[in-house]
Amino acid sequence: MSDDDKIEFNEGKDNVKLSKKDNSYSVPVGPINVALHEPLRLYFEEEGEEVIDVDIKPGFTHVGIEKIATKRNPLEFQPVTQRICGICSDTHGFTFVRSIEDALDFKPPLRSQYIRVIIAELERIHSHLLWAGSAAHEIGFDSLFYYIWKEREEVMDALEYVSGNRVNYEMNLVGGVRRDLTEERIVYLKKALNHYENIKEEIEETLINDTTVKMRTRDVGVLPKEKALDLASVGPTVRASGVKKDVRFGQGYSVYSEFDFEPITPQRIFNEVHGDVFDRIAVRVKEVAQSIRIIKKCIEDLPEGNIAYEENLGKLLTEIKSSGGYGFARTEAPRGELIHYTGSKEGEENMSVMKVRTPTYGNLLSLRPMLMGSEIADIPIVGASIDPCMTCMDRMIFVENGEKETYSKKELREISKEKTERLKK
Amino acid sequence: MSKIMRKIFKQLFQKPFTNLFPAKYAPNSVLKLFELLEEGEAELNPPIEIPPDFRGKLSYDTDKCIKCYQCKKVCPANVMEKDPDQDNYLVFYLSRCTSCSQCVDMCPVDAIEMTDDFLLADADKYNDNLILNSKKSPGELKTPEEE
Repeated sequence: MSDDDKIEFNEGKDNVKLSKKDNSYSVPVGPINVALHEPLRLYFEEEGEEVIDVDIKPGFTHVGIEKIATKRNPLEFQPVTQRICGICSDTHGFTFVRSIEDALDFKPPLRSQYIRVIIAELERIHSHLLWAGSAAHEIGFDSLFYYIWKEREEVMDALEYVSGNRVNYEMNLVGGVRRDLTEERIVYLKKALNHYENIKEEIEETLINDTTVKMRTRDVGVLPKEKALDLASVGPTVRASGVKKDVRFGQGYSVYSEFDFEPITPQRIFNEVHGDVFDRIAVRVKEVAQSIRIIKKCIEDLPEGNIAYEENLGKLLTEIKSSGGYGFARTEAPRGELIHYTGSKEGEENMSVMKVRTPTYGNLLSLRPMLMGSEIADIPIVGASIDPCMTCMDRMIFVENGEKETYSKKELREISKEKTERLKK
Repeated sequence: MSKIMRKIFKQLFQKPFTNLFPAKYAPNSVLKLFELLEEGEAELNPPIEIPPDFRGKLSYDTDKCIKCYQCKKVCPANVMEKDPDQDNYLVFYLSRCTSCSQCVDMCPVDAIEMTDDFLLADADKYNDNLILNSKKSPGELKTPEEE
């Protein structure tokens, strides 16, 4: 489309920018819509059934985690980080404690690092199965949805048995973990893992080799490799476009460097890359098997020793207070790369800064190339294919540049969009 | 296709996985359920067994408490408040509790513990069931004197 066709128009206060044609009409979807599970506003410009332009307006669920952080000390705040997201709650806690450890130079014992990896991988199994189920629901295949969510219960039960709670596991502590993996917990875990080993092929059969799923998702919502790299997508979304990008593999944080594994790309599964929704399903399904392998290796190698750097919370709090610093941590969450940046001043108990960049923030812009040219009926499944989590994502940034400036997300999105436009030329 | 169809047909002949808690055929009103229970017409279904070391409702023992207020320092949700009428012992507002159990880990004398009780849902957040060691809502507490 040339620049002459572009007409900007405002719809309400949203400042929507869509290119128009003679016979085209615009369709707003969301923030509350039956097709979306998350509050996100999408504007479509349609010509017949075909989408010719998309505009994305996030920002409906800002909760102000950053401000809450500045009123709390790290120990007090660690349960709050696990509530940023309801599904990847452990990963947020994991990243947060790693960033605090980075700031204060704590060395967590080896046993605690293995336990952290076990919980993080269990959560990945749970998150990917949940996503696969809701993807089946999006394409109207509800029996598959119920089947997968039934199988998901096994890992939820295992997590509840190990951590004491079904959703918010609270396993992470600054400098270790809060609960040990006792013998009986390991027995329970192994039972759940064996169950998944047994049904692994069945799940692959029903998701990857199923004609209904293939018909609805093959060559739908294509994200080419170059676009994925340009937009800096993360997680299974970018891996499905054929980019070997996995923080676990690339950075080898915690004890991931001990395991022998490769990022899963469609190249390895089908010997070809389409970068479509089907590839994203396949990558996630194969990652479940990969996670089972990692957990089994972890349980096998689990070393003896302490589970925390300092188990007495009172002493730990005094130590945190006496040292300060700024820390940064990257983790591969089930949805992609998650970044936490934290900081506290020496002698002060409360944190001074807290910043989160969630995987959805990296993936949201790739919705535009995916949705271009697709049909209205494909919008739900393409939207769901990046596994969006809006409550995780809605954030605000403070930039200190001589004087304090606040960028609203709207402005940031504009800047980001301008850059995308610039790169496209 | 065939595999999932086989699976679905197999499940047609299986029992439902859902545990019908608290009763198999419960009326819409809870009060009516209690009436039926008293008459012996309804039977309670036990909940699914909870795992060991489950994080449920808090319990607080004033006899053990030494008023060090360490728990207040690690609580992310400000559950505890000092009650000047009760010699500055703590009052727990459980409707705020996130069950992180950090206060339990922090307490040096084990005055706070986690019980296995998980029935905490209520329409009134200051119900007696949800306040430990007091019957006052937070607004009715006196402001503690500055030390």
